[in-house]
Amino acid sequence: MSAPTSIEKSVHGSAWQGSLKLVNVPRAINLAWLHVAEARIRNMLKWWTSIFAFSLGNPVLYLFSVGIGIGALVDAKSGGSQLGHVPYLTFLAPALLASAAIQSFQEEMSFPIMEGFEWDKSFFAMNATPITGRDIVNGLITSSFFKTSITVGIYEAVLLGFGAINLSVALPMYFSALFAGVAFGSVMMAVTSFIKQDDGFFAIVGRFVIAPMTLFSGTFYPLESMPFYLQWVGWISPLWHGTDLGRVISYGSPQQVWVVVSHWVYLSVWLVVGLTLAYRQVSKRLAA
Amino acid sequence: MTSSDEQTHMIVARGLTKTYGDFIAVDGIDFEVRKGEAFGLLGPNGAGKSTTMKMIASVSKRTGGELTILGLDPNKRGPEIRAHLGVVPQQDNLDRELKVHENLFVYGRFFGLSKKFLRTKVEELLEFAQLTEKRNSKAEELSGGMKRRLTIARGLVNEPEILMLDEPTTGLDPQARHILWDRLFRLKEQGVTLVITTHYMDEAEQLCDRLIVMDKGKIMAEGSPADLIKRYASKEVLEVRFGSSRNIEIAEQISHIGHRTEVLPDRILIYSDNGEADLQEILKLGLEPVTSLVRRSSLEDVFLRLTGRTLVE
Repeated sequence: MSAPTSIEKSVHGSAWQGSLKLVNVPRAINLAWLHVAEARIRNMLKWWTSIFAFSLGNPVLYLFSVGIGIGALVDAKSGGSQLGHVPYLTFLAPALLASAAIQSFQEEMSFPIMEGFEWDKSFFAMNATPITGRDIVNGLITSSFFKTSITVGIYEAVLLGFGAINLSVALPMYFSALFAGVAFGSVMMAVTSFIKQDDGFFAIVGRFVIAPMTLFSGTFYPLESMPFYLQWVGWISPLWHGTDLGRVISYGSPQQVWVVVSHWVYLSVWLVVGLTLAYRQVSKRLAA
Repeated sequence: MTSSDEQTHMIVARGLTKTYGDFIAVDGIDFEVRKGEAFGLLGPNGAGKSTTMKMIASVSKRTGGELTILGLDPNKRGPEIRAHLGVVPQQDNLDRELKVHENLFVYGRFFGLSKKFLRTKVEELLEFAQLTEKRNSKAEELSGGMKRRLTIARGLVNEPEILMLDEPTTGLDPQARHILWDRLFRLKEQGVTLVITTHYMDEAEQLCDRLIVMDKGKIMAEGSPADLIKRYASKEVLEVRFGSSRNIEIAEQISHIGHRTEVLPDRILIYSDNGEADLQEILKLGLEPVTSLVRRSSLEDVFLRLTGRTLVE
């Protein structure tokens, strides 16, 4: 057993003030969401090299293979006549950006939530402090937003390097992609917060939700070139709304005003509904 | 509740009830916990201890009755109350990926404590938990006893007014238990109010000034360990074993010895003021127990008396 001096310092000595003096309660409550985000970002930083490598490697691979490889083929055939008379790379870039944002949110809203509720039970540890279920949701959205903003930033830098977008539209494109990401992420969070066991759930989401969504959301070709009876997949997909918004911003892709407005409205609805459900379910599960 | 009550009573429960659908987990219990006291909730699994703890911890809402903690209603002001609690849950919920010292630091941030304050505090807590040498290990690499000590240290980071420990030493080896008891005892001396659940009698006797014995959501008895033993048991207990097939038959023959006899599957308990003298009586009857033991009576005996069941079934 160690010398009593150390214990006296920590527990006995005048140093012990008591939480009534020590804790600034209103501040702890108001900033609780930020403390959740801080903790999550600290965990992310343990993996920063792989996050960085993936953020950089992913766009480079996509742009070489699909953008340039397939692009050469498409441009030679059609001269971009069906793509609003822009090179295929330009057409593709906004979709890749929105897709990267959505994927990044998807990662953050899957296993970290299982960890919080089931594996480490870290949400319960947080909830034993001034932190509430709502703070946990807000904190995780914030930390995911932080990570995604870096990922999308890197992605955009690569797109600029490939000449796929113009510097003048970089900033609005950045935010529209992030907005699609956070809208999807909040719904994903609500869904995950109902899951008790993995049981291959996330693999199913990846294969039967994310993959078809990517393929059928006008990512690699215009949604209009799909048979009409399949276009609904794009209409409900936040990726298509984010992609189409990006195309309007990037190269002035011709679009009706009401469609552009409906993109914003639709993504906002996802955000609000997702958050509302997530607040309710996370709080409920913590109190059980 | 008057203001003087609020100063001395950290927790007051009146008719406290928690139901899940038709199931009544906690059935209208009354108790209060005074400042600086070590208060125990004793009972078998499913008695309602952990549910009561969750309500005090201000995470699970009561469905009936009154509960005030530090004079506040936990159903309405949970986050505010939780700022003054230290919670050590039954299962350690450390962040396995984070290092030992990071676990303490991050948890301190949840209370909004400054980084400067925490840098010193974390080192103190590491010493308190005897984990200084393990500070850079990941939490998942620690032994059970070390994890437990880290969880307790983490619960102290905000210098809580009330430290709540749910089964603090379950699953620990005897040496680890004694180290923990020593640490908790020091906290108590410091004036920290402790609320402890346990199903270990020796733990309750070691740590608690006062306790309630719970069974099926109700309070069976309340008092100090010595009080309860005096009221519900005798000074000594004589345990004799005649082999499981003969216990019942022999219990009838010796039922006049001692204050009371209790027949368990494997042994007979004789509640007595003088166990040795009663053992001689049995021997005089020509009965030869396979083994015999005279011991002080404990809370285990109190529980047996109150419920007719042993505590660890």
